[in-house]
Amino acid sequence: MATVNAIPLALRQLAREWRSGELGILLLALTVAVAALTGVGFLVDRIKQSVALQANEVLAADLRLESPRPIGDAYETEARRRGLTVARSTSVLSMAQLGEATQLSNVRFVGDGYPLRGKVGVSGTAFGAPVSVSAGPPRGEVWPDSKLLSTLGGEVGATLTVGELSLRVSRVLITRPDQGGGFAELAPSMLVHRDDLEAAKLLQPGSRASEAVLFAGETKAVADFKKWLDGTRQRGERLLDVSEASPQIQTATDRAGRFLSLASLVAVLLCAVAVAMAARRYVQRHLDSVALLKTLGASRMFTLTVSLVQLFVIAVAASILGAAIGYLAQEWLLRALQGLLRTDLPTAGFAPLGLGFMTSIALLAGFALPPLLQLSRVPAIRVLRRDIGAPTPLVWLAFGPAVLAVAFLVWWVVREPRLFAGFIIGLAIFLGVLAVAGWLLVRFAGSLRGTVGVSWRYGIANLSRRRGESIVQIVAFGLGLMVLLLLAVVRNDLLADWKRSLPEDLPNFFFINIPPDVQAEFGTFLEARGAETSRALPMIRARLTDINGRSVTDLTFKDDRGERFANRDQNITWQADLGDDNKVIEGRWWTKADHGKPLVSISDEYQQELGLKIGDRMTFDIAGETLEAEVASVRKIEWDSFQPNFFLVFPPGLLDELAGTWMTSAYLEKGEGQVVAELVRRYPSVSVFDLDDILTQVRSVIDKAALAVQSVFLFTLLAGIVVLLAAVQATRDERRYESAMLRTLGASRSTVARGILAEFTALGLLSGLLAAIGATLAGYFIAREFLEVQYSFDATLWVVGLLGGGGLVAASGWLATRSVLKQPPASTLRGG
Amino acid sequence: MLSPTTKIAGAGVAAGDAAAGAIDSNSPTDREAISLSNKETVLEAQDLGKEVSSPEGPLAIVREVSFQVRAGESVAIVGASGAGKSTLLALLAGLDLPSSGRVLLAGQDLNSLDEDGRARLRAERVGFVFQSFHLVPALTALENVMLPLELAGRRDARAGAREALEHVGLGSRVGHYPRQLSGGEQQRVAIARAFVVRPAVLFADEPTGNLDTVTGGRIADLLFDLNARSGTTLLLVTHDRDLAARCGRMLVMEAGRLAPG
Repeated sequence: MATVNAIPLALRQLAREWRSGELGILLLALTVAVAALTGVGFLVDRIKQSVALQANEVLAADLRLESPRPIGDAYETEARRRGLTVARSTSVLSMAQLGEATQLSNVRFVGDGYPLRGKVGVSGTAFGAPVSVSAGPPRGEVWPDSKLLSTLGGEVGATLTVGELSLRVSRVLITRPDQGGGFAELAPSMLVHRDDLEAAKLLQPGSRASEAVLFAGETKAVADFKKWLDGTRQRGERLLDVSEASPQIQTATDRAGRFLSLASLVAVLLCAVAVAMAARRYVQRHLDSVALLKTLGASRMFTLTVSLVQLFVIAVAASILGAAIGYLAQEWLLRALQGLLRTDLPTAGFAPLGLGFMTSIALLAGFALPPLLQLSRVPAIRVLRRDIGAPTPLVWLAFGPAVLAVAFLVWWVVREPRLFAGFIIGLAIFLGVLAVAGWLLVRFAGSLRGTVGVSWRYGIANLSRRRGESIVQIVAFGLGLMVLLLLAVVRNDLLADWKRSLPEDLPNFFFINIPPDVQAEFGTFLEARGAETSRALPMIRARLTDINGRSVTDLTFKDDRGERFANRDQNITWQADLGDDNKVIEGRWWTKADHGKPLVSISDEYQQELGLKIGDRMTFDIAGETLEAEVASVRKIEWDSFQPNFFLVFPPGLLDELAGTWMTSAYLEKGEGQVVAELVRRYPSVSVFDLDDILTQVRSVIDKAALAVQSVFLFTLLAGIVVLLAAVQATRDERRYESAMLRTLGASRSTVARGILAEFTALGLLSGLLAAIGATLAGYFIAREFLEVQYSFDATLWVVGLLGGGGLVAASGWLATRSVLKQPPASTLRGG
Repeated sequence: MLSPTTKIAGAGVAAGDAAAGAIDSNSPTDREAISLSNKETVLEAQDLGKEVSSPEGPLAIVREVSFQVRAGESVAIVGASGAGKSTLLALLAGLDLPSSGRVLLAGQDLNSLDEDGRARLRAERVGFVFQSFHLVPALTALENVMLPLELAGRRDARAGAREALEHVGLGSRVGHYPRQLSGGEQQRVAIARAFVVRPAVLFADEPTGNLDTVTGGRIADLLFDLNARSGTTLLLVTHDRDLAARCGRMLVMEAGRLAPG
């Protein structure tokens, strides 16, 4: 029998089965699965892009190249050729003069197009409420910041001189997107148009200037350009992306991204459940026709080809249909959220379509191919003896492809060997527990039969009689419910963590360069004005010279960041207590006995970039004196605590004698501009760093990330419920025949209905219980290891798992089999 | 107006004529069928045995069965329920393999063929009619009859199937699905499907077992009529002695063995 005949026959049969309604459920399950997958995929893609764009506002661009030397036009030309937008900015440290008053300040000459991302906030008065504008000042005008203007004692309309240029103060600069979260720029600053740069004649040999080129564009174009730029840029030219510009925002977006990936994985696992159940049903329904085909002379290859062709066509149809539904659903969801999320949300890329299709093929290959191979092995004798099914498959054939498909998809999401192993082992254990628990339930149900009423006896007898089926269903429902509950737990932890990390009274002002002799008085001054101050830490300038006796100039580092850590002046401190926002991940924190010992505690970023380990010796030059200290501990710092934190911390008693200043942070309520202005006048040497804007930026990113997490969660939950419904639907046939038989024997409809309900309730309760246990354990692992947030046990999860799971499975089972009860028994018994 | 039963019976006779006409054509298959009718052995069981394992140990369902069937013969295998009739039929048709002995079907030793080889042989030489009809529920009557022709790669499957359905009196019900047909009508579709490929041997397993006496009788008429006209060898398994009596020869099975005589 030629295989070539199989394809047209398969297609004809498929069309016939479609007409007769046979394919509806398989197509529905697959379509819902693909819709869930691509819908989540599209959402994740667009929201990630949106969050990234928002995050990029802290750079005023998507990418930023900085250099202390002038940057040539080559990069700009290349970027424009690639369709990116470009803007330039040059900063020069210079004296600003207004009347008699002078002040060293950072003059930022910004070109047309600035800022490429985000807005500039300006006001009519110093420390006033900002209005957003999307460009810098025009030629001939200057926008000094509040501190500069109040130090100089001027106001809007005054004339300010920089270099040889006199400019009119037209507005006060309140915020600019790229003011950053670090303390590199302590001098007050002003914005001037870049066309005035030459006339100001500030760029002289020896002048302290730095140049920046800003790039923005489509995500992929930017990523490609970044790659190109990384390969071509000169030494000393520094490429910045959001991870360096704002570690807080980076952490928040990373976690949101990880959660969204997790949601995709959940969607994938739900799809796997749906596909496996639908394929089982397909196989069950086709056992007779395959046996018949073989009796009529079809070869095994022929029947296999027929099944494969049919499944492939179904997969393609479900992929197209599911992708369309997924796209429309996420579009609808985003429209519903319009106004909450960015309105200029980037359009969806085609990647989720491809991924959705590839994933559905992988799932089909993993979960549907093995049962199909089994189907082709059904012996022809089944036409005479219906009790003969397909032979038991080899274990590797039955589970191998599924394990491979899931492993591939999990790896796709986590990309870290340790986490990958955690996920896979956890999943395997959970499935094992589900199967064992299912087996125990079936046994227990068997012994319960004599003790309950007729409906329950019928329902529970079904559980124990269809032993294999019942176990498969418990595994499927348990897994489906578990991943949904897990997503709920993890979402709660993530949102709680964000809320915790950004409380309302988070410090919004940093005060730096507080002279030691006024440090105590400074704190009292702030507290007297209602400010909530945080810890005050000393701050000393130091430079790293050697590591383990080798000069850092001879050492090579992983990347630019490491080189900068090694080669720049940095602020160090000493501290007795480890703050709440610091965690020692290696080594030990000091005790009183370590007072004055040459030890140092480093941050994990520092450790990674410089490749340091506990016990390494680091030599510093501190104001001309040499200090050698041994690395005693590595700390992980929560940068989003907005407390003063340092990469390098020493024990008390070692640096006390060295000249330094102090820093602290405080929370001042909005509208306390007067306090700051008074402070600036009373303590002129203290640098005030207003964090309100960066905090607003971080809050806004986190709010969006939280909203994204919520909406993706909701979408996945809905998709999950539909997938579970489809999975229940797939078990309908088995019950049809029996309920018809029972009714023929005289059972009332309600007896049969109660029996079905009893069976599904038992299945649902057990699946729900196991899912709650699984979700609690997995939630702990994922919160701690994957999202790095605090885990909190939630008892409602168990209630939701048990009642929700039991109720959902019972209700969907009831819905799926209700139609069975409506059919006259004769038609069921005859039609098969 | 004729009653439905009269109509079916009338159509049955007409169908028999048409089916007989159909094999008068000169296709290679028809020539083979005619040559097979020259009284040569078309089916032979040699010392056939089938054992299965049961909780009480190995159980012999078929034991030391030997017989020959010549081309064109009609043979009934009768016996009580559980005597091993259906198992013997499965062994003879190559749906299952014996534990001992061998089957020669159209000159081929079934033991020497793999599963696909036996399937190929069935496609070329064998037709089936079952007690429970075994129609594909998703296919219409016409599509069910087309199936074996399509499996054989015949381009004229639709026309051939339509013709065969007309022969069994169901020309007006080609578009009906099995669930829309009565038991007798479903069995007629099954008979049309069995004869449409012009098999050398037709295996029938309790073909009237699921039908009432009147309908069963009409189905039997149709079956024997078509068989006689096409010269097909018929091997019929039944516990109905009257039906068996219409065959040329009767083999009686008792506890897995052929009873003497």
